[in-house]
Amino acid sequence: MVFGMAFAGINWFKYASPASFYPLAGRMVPWFAALAVVLALAGLYIGLFVAPTDYKQGEAYRIMFIHVPAAWMSMFIYIVMAIYAALGLIFNTRLSAMMASALAPTGALFTFLALWTGALWGKPMWGAWWVWDARLTTELILLFLYIGFMSLEAAIDDPRRASRASALVAIVGVVNVPIIYFSVQWWNTLHQGASISFSSAPSMAATMLTAMLVMSLSLWMYTIAVVLMRVRCIILERERHSDWVAELMMEAR
Amino acid sequence: MAEFFAMGGYAFYVWASYGAALLLILMEIIWVRRRLRTILLRLGRMKRMTEVYTEVKVEHETKT
Amino acid sequence: MFAVFRCLFIRDLLLAVRRLADVLTTLFFFVIVVSLFPLGVGPEAETLRTIAPGVVWVAALLASMLALGHLFDSDFRDGTLEQMLLTPQPLSLLVLGKVMAHWVVTGLPLVLVAPLLGLQFDMAPSALPILVVSLLLGTPAISLIGAVGAALTLGVRGGSVLVSLLVLPLYIPVLIFGAGAVEAGISGLGAGAHLSLLGAILVLALCFAPVAAATALRISLE
Repeated sequence: MVFGMAFAGINWFKYASPASFYPLAGRMVPWFAALAVVLALAGLYIGLFVAPTDYKQGEAYRIMFIHVPAAWMSMFIYIVMAIYAALGLIFNTRLSAMMASALAPTGALFTFLALWTGALWGKPMWGAWWVWDARLTTELILLFLYIGFMSLEAAIDDPRRASRASALVAIVGVVNVPIIYFSVQWWNTLHQGASISFSSAPSMAATMLTAMLVMSLSLWMYTIAVVLMRVRCIILERERHSDWVAELMMEAR
Repeated sequence: MAEFFAMGGYAFYVWASYGAALLLILMEIIWVRRRLRTILLRLGRMKRMTEVYTEVKVEHETKT
Repeated sequence: MFAVFRCLFIRDLLLAVRRLADVLTTLFFFVIVVSLFPLGVGPEAETLRTIAPGVVWVAALLASMLALGHLFDSDFRDGTLEQMLLTPQPLSLLVLGKVMAHWVVTGLPLVLVAPLLGLQFDMAPSALPILVVSLLLGTPAISLIGAVGAALTLGVRGGSVLVSLLVLPLYIPVLIFGAGAVEAGISGLGAGAHLSLLGAILVLALCFAPVAAATALRISLE
């Protein structure tokens, strides 16, 4: 996300310090929030009104427009989180570690949402609230990985050790996700007679694909907005003894 | 209109999905904003406490 | 370099042998957990035969994971671990030595007892060697992966529960291929593919887990 700014010609290394990133993040939040709302309204309109009824799945398939974007975001956020974690470990930059911590709760939320909507989609379609197919099962494991990351960080008192330890967990996790996905897929094909592939979304009309992409973009903008808000909290919490925070409090008067 | 909300009989599933999404997103936003407010309040309180402390300290030193 | 690995390996083995209780508790946990399943599911032979590979494997995972607490704990508490961090020898070799000794003491007994438990579940005798081989390949991988979790949670409150949260998701591929190998053997499909994948995971774990665990130790002890 912040990488995009480098291309905009901004000397973003200046913003690698929490002190200068704090006000910048504050200014960026409303823009991303507005984008998220606009894209969501557009996506929901296309998905709920414009896209045609599916021949096989009726109206229930419309859950896809929140389920798939949520699943995509859950995986995308995990990868970005792992990248920030790695940057924090390698370069010892505090802000990178803070960004990783800020991303985790939102990623976990989307993972949970993907599972929840997946169950609600599966029940009318395949008769069961939970289907042990490869994608849903990997999503579940991803939720465990997020929770492990957040639990470890919360359990360690020393903030520096906490963020470094959880960074290692994120890196080990991201390396393992493809292995886990592959093994779960293997397991799934071996054990299931009929190929109830959950990913058998209806053959996509163009409008369906558009709606899904727009919703995904909307969730991405939302993620940036919320994560920037959260990282501001984390910055203040971890840097509370520094001079610039004291100055900030002076100005706030 | 009623047809739209009925979602071809799947109303429960569709609206429970979108409803959950909306609920979780709102909760997250409220939570983060509350967190920011809390920490700003605490920082303000700490600042006022240190100000009072330094005032008292200076007073004490000028007297003695 | 090999000398340092051997030195740690023998040292840890000796220490473990002097505290045989640690070995035995892991083993008994394994046996007890496996025995719980028929009590929960019913003694019907057909059911037990179906669930046997999975049950034995999950119990082995859990027992192995519980034993992780012993890996670094005593060295951490008496300061030896800090000394190990200061040596010029590569820390990952030291870790490898410790983990291998730990496996010999906690994992290998499970491998040896597993056939008996398989018989308890009326597993086909032809499947028992596959069970042993799968556990032989899988339990070292589990010890290696678990070492990373143990290193990260050194001295943390509620460490053992936290370790399970961190490490069980990573165990899943090992479980899938391990139990899958036995089932493939039973159903006649041949366990070769599963066992080779299990072997591949072991090789990967041997290459990367000691380095990751060493990094984790440095993070925890700085």
